[in-house]
Amino acid sequence: MIVEDVLCPFCGCLCDDVKVEVEEGKIVGVKRACRLGSSKILGHERTAAPMVRGDGELVETTYEEAYDRAARILKEAKRPLLYGWCSTVCETAKLGILLAEEVGGVVDSTATVCHGPSIIGIEEKGMAGATLGQIKNRADLIVFWGANPAEAHPRHTGRYSSNARGMFTPEGRGGRKVIVVDVRETRTAKNADKFILIRPGTDYEVLSALRMIVKGKGEIVPETVAGVAKSDLEEAAAMMMAAKFGVVLIGLGLTHSRGRYKNVDNALSLVADLNGFTKFVVMAMRGHYNVAGFGQVCAWSTGFPMAVDLSRGAPYFNPGETAACDLLARKEADALMVVAADPASNFPRATVEAMAEIPVIQIDPFPNPTTLLADVVIPTAVCGIEAEGTAYRMDGLSLRMKKVVDSPYPTDEEAVREILDRVRRLGDDN
Amino acid sequence: MNLMVISLKAIMISGRTLGQGATCEAKMSPEFFRATSTCSLADSDYDALGIPEDGNVLVRNGFGEVVVSAKRDGGLPPGLIFIPMGPWANAVVGPETGGCGTPLFKGVEVEVARTDRRVKGVRELFADLPPEGPA
Repeated sequence: MIVEDVLCPFCGCLCDDVKVEVEEGKIVGVKRACRLGSSKILGHERTAAPMVRGDGELVETTYEEAYDRAARILKEAKRPLLYGWCSTVCETAKLGILLAEEVGGVVDSTATVCHGPSIIGIEEKGMAGATLGQIKNRADLIVFWGANPAEAHPRHTGRYSSNARGMFTPEGRGGRKVIVVDVRETRTAKNADKFILIRPGTDYEVLSALRMIVKGKGEIVPETVAGVAKSDLEEAAAMMMAAKFGVVLIGLGLTHSRGRYKNVDNALSLVADLNGFTKFVVMAMRGHYNVAGFGQVCAWSTGFPMAVDLSRGAPYFNPGETAACDLLARKEADALMVVAADPASNFPRATVEAMAEIPVIQIDPFPNPTTLLADVVIPTAVCGIEAEGTAYRMDGLSLRMKKVVDSPYPTDEEAVREILDRVRRLGDDN
Repeated sequence: MNLMVISLKAIMISGRTLGQGATCEAKMSPEFFRATSTCSLADSDYDALGIPEDGNVLVRNGFGEVVVSAKRDGGLPPGLIFIPMGPWANAVVGPETGGCGTPLFKGVEVEVARTDRRVKGVRELFADLPPEGPA
């Protein structure tokens, strides 16, 4: 049996045209997905059963026991941190935020080690945005700044941006210009009409120089800026100003480098400046397939998109203080629940060392380094393959993810609900 | 053979690769290890360090150190090295977040040296971190 129009549960492209071949309840083939998506859909080693740690070793147990243990850890903690949420569906996020409120904890998502600074930059500056459909159908100039979709979003260029054929862009790549700004010549850069190689950590300076040229102050820009010849910047600015519909697609090159959210603020400012001459939009190339969705759910339920402290009676957001890495590095969090993420791999080493000192609950379909540090492990179904739910594409479009095959595992949503119910009962007992 | 003959100062950036991404839900697998415990260097840096074919490099700074396998990448300018995102790269990433919650995963100042030491597997990277135990 072929299941058509499956949504891919990997990156923020959330490709919705994938074909999955199912035989006797098992996935045996995937068509149209990229290497990243195919790999996840075809499946990997799973955590077989729930586990709790006893005498230093993880020992298999029942789901009931694992939920009980998780609820007790969260209930007894003074400063629990509930982290992850981006490779699961919005229904899980909604319950996770409720659970964080119930235990007076902090809820944060993987955005804070990804495009969190983009969100802060957008809060500072505002954003001229668009859907991926608008970009596909209209954009004649694509700027990839610190983004490498050839490796991180492999179908982005073909479906939505530089190489896509749209309603008013029937020539595809031939009808568009592509600028890539990066610190190295990536595979994406090889597809560019103009590649600008900048020194690491100088995005802000280069953006400022471009803004000066666009605003008619080019005469005071020095002959080189961060290793880039002024003539290259003038050429890029001219290409941007000549576009009918331009887009800047920003990657982690901006958010993970010196300047962080200020880099994004400046990129948004460049786009605002360009709108004085032509139509220009900007979009963050979101990583996990539903990192945007957690931001949406968190924003409508707490007023903030991530790093929300729910211990004060009213939501409080101060990234740098309430983000997961900060809480752990300061050794402030005294319990950690991880849902659909792997901070042991993706956080700095010193932060991971702090994780090892506190009880860790993991809810995830797959074993990973966080499992090695976990005290309670609750394996779940893979969202978008074994469980349905809502996810938000990188442009903010909400899409319904399908259940393609049955699974013996509970969904993330069910697991979080079980823990939430137990936490509430523990509260009643007190 | 010497552990370290020469070293150079470099800037490390980490990020997604196709191989890392395709195995990032299989992190305990040998495929993830092979895709992620690597360090790409510019040809001139690779040659300057005298790294043999299939050789390893030690990458270190004040935050930590890590041994990763070396490979050439013609797209890298001299002085810039790339390690796929993951626990090997994060061994040299500092915890500071600049007030916005996000560590500097790119633009990390490091020292790179040729080494005979072997690359640690994913379990070994965490072996010295005993989990806290049940509450």
